[in-house]
Amino acid sequence: MFGEFEAFLSILTFVPALGALVIAIFRFTARSEDQGLIDRNSRWVAWLATMVTLGMSILLLANFDAEATGFQFVHEVTWLEQIGLGYRMGVDGLSVLFVVLTAFLMPLCIMASGAIKNRVADYMIAFLLLETLVIGVFCALDLVLFYIFFEGGLIPMFLIIGVWGGQNRVYAAFKFFLYTLLGSVLMLVAMIVMFLQAGTTDITVLLETDFARNAQMWMWLAFFASFAVKMPMWPVHTWLPDAHVQAPTAGSVILAGVLLKLGGYGFLRFSLPMFPEASAYFAPMVFVLSIIAIIYTSLVAFRQTDIKKLIAYSSVAHMGFVTMGLFAMNETGVQGAIFQMISHGVISGALFLCVGVIYDRMHTREIAFYGGLVHKMPVFAAIFGLFAMANVGLPGTSGFVGEIMTMVGAFQVNWWIATGAATGVILSAVYMLTVYRDVVFGEITNPKLETITDINRMEWLIFIPLIIGTLVLGLFSTLITDVTATAVDHLISNYDAALAASAQ
Amino acid sequence: MTADMLSHDLSLLIPELVLAGGAMTLLMLGVFLKGDRTETLVQWLAIGLLVAAGLSALFLVSGEGTAFNGSFIFDSLARFSKTAIALVAAIAMLLAMPYLKAEKLGKIEYPVLVTLAVTGMVMMVSANDLIAMYMGIELQSLALYVLAAFNRDSLRASEAGLKYFVLGALSSGLLLYGASLVYGFAGSTGFADIALAVQSGSNVGLTVGLVFVICGLAFKVSAAPFHMWTPDVYEGAPTPVTAFFATAPKFAAIVLLARVLMEPFGAVVEQWRDVIWIIAVLSMAVGAFGALTQQNIKRLMAYSSIGNMGYALVAVAAASQTGLWALLVFMTLYMVGVIGSFAGILSMRTREGMVEQISDLAGLAQKNPGLGWSITALMFSIGGLPFMVGFFGKFFVVYAAVQADLMILAVLAVLFSVVGAAYYLRIVKVIWFDTSEVEFVPSAVSTYWIARIAGLATVLLLPVLGWLVFRAYSVGLALL
Repeated sequence: MFGEFEAFLSILTFVPALGALVIAIFRFTARSEDQGLIDRNSRWVAWLATMVTLGMSILLLANFDAEATGFQFVHEVTWLEQIGLGYRMGVDGLSVLFVVLTAFLMPLCIMASGAIKNRVADYMIAFLLLETLVIGVFCALDLVLFYIFFEGGLIPMFLIIGVWGGQNRVYAAFKFFLYTLLGSVLMLVAMIVMFLQAGTTDITVLLETDFARNAQMWMWLAFFASFAVKMPMWPVHTWLPDAHVQAPTAGSVILAGVLLKLGGYGFLRFSLPMFPEASAYFAPMVFVLSIIAIIYTSLVAFRQTDIKKLIAYSSVAHMGFVTMGLFAMNETGVQGAIFQMISHGVISGALFLCVGVIYDRMHTREIAFYGGLVHKMPVFAAIFGLFAMANVGLPGTSGFVGEIMTMVGAFQVNWWIATGAATGVILSAVYMLTVYRDVVFGEITNPKLETITDINRMEWLIFIPLIIGTLVLGLFSTLITDVTATAVDHLISNYDAALAASAQ
Repeated sequence: MTADMLSHDLSLLIPELVLAGGAMTLLMLGVFLKGDRTETLVQWLAIGLLVAAGLSALFLVSGEGTAFNGSFIFDSLARFSKTAIALVAAIAMLLAMPYLKAEKLGKIEYPVLVTLAVTGMVMMVSANDLIAMYMGIELQSLALYVLAAFNRDSLRASEAGLKYFVLGALSSGLLLYGASLVYGFAGSTGFADIALAVQSGSNVGLTVGLVFVICGLAFKVSAAPFHMWTPDVYEGAPTPVTAFFATAPKFAAIVLLARVLMEPFGAVVEQWRDVIWIIAVLSMAVGAFGALTQQNIKRLMAYSSIGNMGYALVAVAAASQTGLWALLVFMTLYMVGVIGSFAGILSMRTREGMVEQISDLAGLAQKNPGLGWSITALMFSIGGLPFMVGFFGKFFVVYAAVQADLMILAVLAVLFSVVGAAYYLRIVKVIWFDTSEVEFVPSAVSTYWIARIAGLATVLLLPVLGWLVFRAYSVGLALL
């Protein structure tokens, strides 16, 4: 039904930006005494814009033809055509779910921003811009366009961490920005090299282009520098705990839920299909880094005293499963990696929202401060428990499917890799159960907790979609794998063909 | 010379004639008209002249070719440059008007000097002969020396003017010495004849002469290691003069440098590329690291301009069609960013007067959201961060470098852009994260709108970027 309507995807992408523009116009033109009114209304505008995007993304998924290979909903506009750049958008089985995930999390973030009281209009502008840029990353079919969306997202996130963050927010914002920028500029040079060799920045053409083996190695490393930082992989993950701890709740949700997926998506879209020989060559290194990430950051997570930091390290460990699955380069592994990314987006987002619930009430994230919350907040204890279990990978939740699939994928490559990853599953149970026990169970020893209240109606509304998402994905995992299957098959057969061709 | 030839020559010279004739008229008007409103009238007429010159270069000059026995050339590069220079000078003049009024500097000499300086600049980009080149440079320089010290009662402005003059004279000397060497060994001052001499065989005298010419021009574009005057002059000169310095003269000088290197010396790229390579890397390094610790925003803009000239030189080092159009796109987008930023700086006025410390911007995003967002966007744009339009300037420059196989230069350029991002971010941090009690008084209407329109342009130019790239692209194709 939307096949003929070319601009659908572009409209979906830019609806949030339009919302931001509406807020901005009022924000800049109103008198200072009206700013309070604008702050209040900007919440509604932002919510409406994100809900429209969500609605459109559901329509997108409903009309998406999972059987077809190649890109759908393609929208091309000539732009800088003299030199071969263009505005090209489109989705395939690898990217469409990430669009839905982003659109799904954003309204929840807007709803979870009730604790933001100052400069609400600016906050909403930043969030809406961020949504446009992130969705743009997943839809971009042009190298330069991809880079613009990919790096542009740093700007609103920098403001979100720096303005509405915690105590040490300026340090965290700078570290986040410069760390990820440094990783990405090398990718830009590699993109230019690709551009010059292929004569175009059209990703659909680049996917068909064979690059020389030697060039592949350099370009793979340059792309790796960017994606590994974004992912983040050990040892370039150190920006993440700082950024997570300092960011406001909704910022953490987006950071963990969506921004961490950009690196994995980059591997899927660029490194694996465009540089197959280099990917095969460097795969052992990726496996080693993934296993270190899974085991080491799980151990680090265990020693944290700050709940948010613990979840941040747990995110690094879970992203280790993703890279492991991706570079296993078999159907189960790659499917599992995509599944793990979607599922982690929901679960980690929910966990950060859980932390946000108690942080909004007590203004501390110290694990030692809490204890015995189950007596005062039984509903919260149940919800937090569900997501803690999902994070551990309890069967029936979405966390289980992703982990088991990536491990089965890795097992087919090497027995030891899967063993290492399995250790990580045990460790994740150790730290997650420990923190759950310390925060929720026991007797209330801290008198300040006597007055804490259970979750309110708004928080219910936020958690219900996340609970449904976690359980539905866990019980009906084919919802995801059916969408991605064709695209993953296509990816792997091309990859194997390229390797076979080069071996001759 | 027949009348036909003369009219042909003069038809190529319309922008210069408009400006030179106009400057004289303005001077007369200023001297003989009495009354309070004379300054304002002359200022508006100067803006009109600049716009007329820019538009006449774009639309009115129909043919392309050389004039006066090949010493003056009007080609697509000249057309593009003249339009850009004259229009940005008009905006700088517009920015200066409320400032001059408030600071009681509204003498009629200011618009006249600006017009004369622009006359020199439009000559520079059309120079096809060493003498024409020198004449253009000196005309703009002498006018700029006076403009730097225009606030003659201010110690810092006088110091800036003197410093600029002494170092500028030194650089002119270097340039003249180089030019005389080139003339001596090539036997002609015309660029076409020099090109023939260069092609006929390598010659040490020509190379040494070229190096001196490069040094002289590097002073004018404030590239390291010839940048020492820049921070002091930028800081000391009246702010609208700094805004002017940072845009039009830079554009003229870099275009002249590109023309000298690519046309008469295009055959010996290998000889000068290393020199430009080193100057470019040094400029990017000095600009990036020097700006990190600045407290005064005008000094910071000075280092930013040194660094950005480094990027422009990367495009020159590419020595290709791509390099040339990348240079033009980069410089145009850079000027949009800089003129907007200076409109922002000119809005930094408290009840006590102008302020120029970076810390004075604290909390601007909250107190004055329009200006705060604008300066934020402009800083990201000058820093070359996506999704601002300035990103494309740097992107094309790096693209040109990679295409010319200057891989190390390209990697260094992107790495220095990360260091550069740190200090642009610092301004954004002050605007957004800090708080202060400083309140700015409302700025003049023109300043207000220039800051905001330039801020919006960093994003709104994106869809129409194709047009700019197309213009620059055809210049690159036509020239080499």
